[in-house]
Amino acid sequence: MPGFRTPLRALLYPLLWLALVGPALPVAAAPFLPGSDDQVLERVPSRAGDKRVRELQGLRAAWRAEPRNAVLAVALARRYVEEAQADGDPRYIGYAQAALAAWWAEPAPPVAVRVQRAVLRQYGHQFDEALADLDAAVLAEPANAEAWSWLAAIHMVRADYAAAARACKSLAPLTSALLAAGCTASVDALTGGAGAASIALTVALKAATDASPEERLWVLTRLGEVAERRGSIALAERAFKDALALGVADVYLQAAYADLLLDNGRAGDVLTLLKDGTRADVLLLRLALAAKAAGDARGAGWSRDLAARFAAARARGDRTHEKEEARFVLDLQGDAARALALARSNYAVQREPADARILLEAAIAARQPAAAAPVREWLDANRVESVALQALAAKIGAAK
Amino acid sequence: MKRLVALLGLAFALLAPAQAHKPSDSYLSVTVGEAEIKGQWDIALRDLDFAIGLDADGNGEITWGEVRAKHAEVAAYALARLAIRADGTACSIEPGAQQIDGHTDGAYTVLPLTIRCAKTPAQLAIDYTLFADIDPQHRGLLNLKALGNTRTAVLGPQAATQNFELKSVSRWAQFIDYAREGVWHIWIGFDHILFLLSLLLPAVLLWRGRQWQAVETFRAAFVDVFKIVTAFTVAHSITLSLATLGVIELPSRWVESAIAASVVLAALNNVWPVFHSRRWMVAFAFGLIHGFGFASVLTDLGLPREALALALVGFNLGVEAGQLAIVAVFLPLAFALRRTAFYRRAVMLGGSLLIALLAAVWLIERAFNMKLIRY
Repeated sequence: MPGFRTPLRALLYPLLWLALVGPALPVAAAPFLPGSDDQVLERVPSRAGDKRVRELQGLRAAWRAEPRNAVLAVALARRYVEEAQADGDPRYIGYAQAALAAWWAEPAPPVAVRVQRAVLRQYGHQFDEALADLDAAVLAEPANAEAWSWLAAIHMVRADYAAAARACKSLAPLTSALLAAGCTASVDALTGGAGAASIALTVALKAATDASPEERLWVLTRLGEVAERRGSIALAERAFKDALALGVADVYLQAAYADLLLDNGRAGDVLTLLKDGTRADVLLLRLALAAKAAGDARGAGWSRDLAARFAAARARGDRTHEKEEARFVLDLQGDAARALALARSNYAVQREPADARILLEAAIAARQPAAAAPVREWLDANRVESVALQALAAKIGAAK
Repeated sequence: MKRLVALLGLAFALLAPAQAHKPSDSYLSVTVGEAEIKGQWDIALRDLDFAIGLDADGNGEITWGEVRAKHAEVAAYALARLAIRADGTACSIEPGAQQIDGHTDGAYTVLPLTIRCAKTPAQLAIDYTLFADIDPQHRGLLNLKALGNTRTAVLGPQAATQNFELKSVSRWAQFIDYAREGVWHIWIGFDHILFLLSLLLPAVLLWRGRQWQAVETFRAAFVDVFKIVTAFTVAHSITLSLATLGVIELPSRWVESAIAASVVLAALNNVWPVFHSRRWMVAFAFGLIHGFGFASVLTDLGLPREALALALVGFNLGVEAGQLAIVAVFLPLAFALRRTAFYRRAVMLGGSLLIALLAAVWLIERAFNMKLIRY
């Protein structure tokens, strides 16, 4: 019987397999005693060298003296949120929550506190709770620009474009022409008006000569994204580069530019762009993807770090990382079925173009076109203009 | 200011989901032994720096010297925020000499704990409030080992006090659990059942003059079945043990494919016999592969390290019991029907072809990781 030889091969095959895969398995760490007192174990923001750190500490000391002072608490929380935005460290979100501790469980805190609480809640993907806080805030203070801008942003993430457009309309008289244009254009760009949105953003940027670097960065990032979706790669790159040149640290911008480069076969440029970005997971993911594409040997270590960080998030019951984990599992671990499960679960919570994209890609890889039906509905219902998404949707349509 | 704030609102919301990644965690492991309770608490240096200030010179670098100078303060700070009670009575917690370990987001101090309670607890309560006042999103990831059980829990302000029942699981109950899993796996493991059936179908027949003829005595059929089942059992027990103990590891896709292949070959052997006598050798050879399949089930169940042998024997005996039940139903029926054309044509030839076809579909599905039929 020919199959009789199989058990022999059964022994050979795994030996080969283990020899190939074995060395990539992680080695468990063990506690140790550092060799000398001078050994540096950890780096933290420096009090001595950084004015921002000293300012933050001053604000914190003032709040600690009066933890129920809403003005101080909101100012401190807002500063921590800015820190989190700059370098992607989510610990600051916890510190911000602590600043609002006096009101965190209150049903109706002061409006300023309530808006800030919504900011922190949406960070943990508690969108319903965040919207409830913001709706209450604009009811009490119809001229609260910050609340309107967050309402617009959360409705955008949840693909409720009508509600987002209403929020932008309410925001317009309360803010600068540039931000008003950016808000409306963001909605238009996903509802069949990408060309007009692109022009509106460009015109508004030209007119806003006195805009702050942060404002310009935000609008340039939106412009880059719209251009990328429309397939104007050169225009998108110009916008991202102009934004980076403003010199404001912004993890989201770096990730968006890295994705553009990755999609256009420029993994080497990503490795240069993000060379200091291993602390923020979103950037580490892009680095690992770039290393794989470029055949860079550091990729294995980065992938291992990412796997460990996703495992750590799971261990604490954190589900806010599913979009990145889906991309990691699909593109770096090649497990289409698990990637699809993650992408679906993520899409139930947030529906931005990037969320749609990973769901389409995972559905194609897992050969389950039906799983991407919500994305196709979203594309059709809103007449979303995106070269990449439409191509994936067409591919999945053909597979059906 | 208002403009900037509004701007940050928009910008930040759009990037927020991507960032909520490595918030502050500590790792608390507690091992309840017969005589004493040991613990180890890994706490991030960054968090301790934020809470009590480790970076003495403020240069942004935390050195081992700076950490060492604060060891007593770290232990006092941490232990003021952890309480353990055994059956309602507070236990004392003694800190040991600290070391350093690396986790995914940086260096941690490793604080050993000796926990003394009045008696060996039946219920352990843990109050955890570390960093609750300065970072409500901080969590303590608890790994509690007690009397052969490991469990995990997430400690933090969302559930500041948690109770854990430590009643020891009796060895006998554990053994029965694994035996039951063994029976269950044979029962739902169609590939194992079909493989066994393929080998058993010809046991009431004899290959003589290029065709199958009925055996004369029940004893002859019984001996044949006995040899096949024993060979299969011995073989899969060997590989099940080796794989469970980690001596040999095979990729599961390969094992599952090979199991499907073994069913195809065993069934085809009934139609075009190559091995008509000494089928026990076939049972032995392929039993080795099926053992790896059982092992993956056992590994998925999770194995108690201190009761490994017990779990192995229990699971194995469960598998045997399941097999014997199949044989007990099959053998008398087949023996009674052995002279009929129905048995020799429909059951033996038709059945074997059907089994071969089904197993071939499995083989393709498993080898190429695709779905051909829905069950």
